[in-house]
Amino acid sequence: MTNTSVLRWLCLMGISMVMCMLLAANFGAMPLSMRTLWRAPFSDMTWQIWINIRLPRVLLAVLLGMALAVSGAVMQGLFRNPLADPGLLGISSGAGLAVALSIIIPLGLPPLLALWLPSIAAFIGSLVVTLLIFSFSRMALGNLSRLLLVGIAINALCGAAVGVLSWLSNDQQLRQLALWGMGSLSAAQWPSLAVCAVLILPALMAIQLRARRLNLLQLGEEDAHYMGIDVKRTQRQLLVLSALLVGTAVAVSGIIGFVGLVVPHLMRFCLGSDHRWMLPGSALAGAILLLLADTLARTVVVPAEMPVGLLTSLLGGPWFLWLILRQPRGMNE
Amino acid sequence: MSDCLQARGLRFSHGSRALIDDVSLSLQPGEMVALIGPNGAGKSTLLRLLTGFLMPESGQCWLGDRPLNDWPREPLAQRRAVMRQQNSVSFPLPAADVVAMGRAPWPASQSKTVIDEVMHLTGSLELAKRDYRSLSGGEQQRVQLARVLAQLWHDDGPRGWLFLDEPTSALDLFWQQHSLRLLHRLTRNGRFSVCTVLHDLNLASLWSDRVLLLHQGKLVAEGAPQEVMNEDTLTRWYQAELDVVIKEGKGRPQIQLRA
Repeated sequence: MTNTSVLRWLCLMGISMVMCMLLAANFGAMPLSMRTLWRAPFSDMTWQIWINIRLPRVLLAVLLGMALAVSGAVMQGLFRNPLADPGLLGISSGAGLAVALSIIIPLGLPPLLALWLPSIAAFIGSLVVTLLIFSFSRMALGNLSRLLLVGIAINALCGAAVGVLSWLSNDQQLRQLALWGMGSLSAAQWPSLAVCAVLILPALMAIQLRARRLNLLQLGEEDAHYMGIDVKRTQRQLLVLSALLVGTAVAVSGIIGFVGLVVPHLMRFCLGSDHRWMLPGSALAGAILLLLADTLARTVVVPAEMPVGLLTSLLGGPWFLWLILRQPRGMNE
Repeated sequence: MSDCLQARGLRFSHGSRALIDDVSLSLQPGEMVALIGPNGAGKSTLLRLLTGFLMPESGQCWLGDRPLNDWPREPLAQRRAVMRQQNSVSFPLPAADVVAMGRAPWPASQSKTVIDEVMHLTGSLELAKRDYRSLSGGEQQRVQLARVLAQLWHDDGPRGWLFLDEPTSALDLFWQQHSLRLLHRLTRNGRFSVCTVLHDLNLASLWSDRVLLLHQGKLVAEGAPQEVMNEDTLTRWYQAELDVVIKEGKGRPQIQLRA
């Protein structure tokens, strides 16, 4: 695919994303059309809803969609494996366990720090699991089925640990845990959005700067080394950056699965495997996907709300199955 | 001289087994050297020591006027390239993109012409748009050869040191001849040297200026093909029954196994 047609795709996706954002901000328990907003005075309640409820939510969906899709794309590139995904490998649940710990263990932090605490905890949790999985993959255990089994084990362990924690928790903590655990964007407010933006946007930028190096790693570590890449350092940086993305996403929204698996695949199919194009493409497509899923999640069962994590899993589960069945047989050996 | 590769007293072991045992060698600019030896002799390990992927336990490699470890990454990548036995890619990637990866250490401006030229030279131009994963083993080797040539391509053609590990293992007769002729011809510019592991002794004999015979981590014979490839030496180190034939006037020994 030529660079111009890739650019055209990216522009198209950018425009669709902005349009989806405008549309999504109008949908909800109370439909707000652009026209109503235009007519209403700024002090009107409709504006209050739009600015303090709809807009942060839409922006959060965009940010998290980008974070999840790009972290998936980076993991697949690093592991050189199309089935690597933060959720399947247990990285999200590692982050989840850390967040649960931060909810249960009383630290008595000042409010400003308390705002950052879940993100920091989730980052540490996801980083620990990422490094663990990566060292597994570099040992002789590096084949696909082993890797996924390790992911299953980590998922099970973290799930059990979260279970123990919720059993130990008091009523208020339990409620907080349960709400967070369902995978929803309902926590969207300007302060948490700001925390996300400060962590996610620089990480996305830093990853984009390493896209070329990620391309070279596709020939294998040894060849990348011969082509002048500091392999260990690049891998370490990319792992930390994608753990940061996953951790931040999990901290605000709980575990939203499969975005990181589905989107990079679609983008490789549309834009090719060159990470310089595929990463921004994944960011845009991830934003659109999560935006649509979240809008659906909060409008289908009005006035209640469905956890968006449920929706993405409904969409992603069959996709994952199809991917596994489609794998050439040799892949597992 | 400044464009010479020198290795002195290289040693490398795995556990208690010495894989490379006190190997010293040099590679002159404009020279094509074949590294031969029986299975498990340590050829690939030696290649990895010479290219800086592995650190020797003792001894040192010099590339030009400084030790291999002192070279900054990019200038080193512009002077030294390596083609390994196998490459696998997990994602769909056009062959031309694989070749373009060889230009990673270079600014982008002239890469397009270089890529076209090396793909033309290696006969991989017709494969340019195909998915690398769908290519046959031999086609993949042609693409990889184009990639490593692209990496060493300076304004005036290839420069520096190219290391290859069995670059012809999957090639048919035509492409064996084509690729080795190409490498041999490129070294004649006097600025480019090739060090290649070859299993096929006849190919090694036909195109190399010098042959290095490795056996259990030691360099046991070294010299022009005519000197190294005689019945005594080969039978001794390979333990195979063979005849060495030299066609009159050609001067390059060819090896035939006895039935």
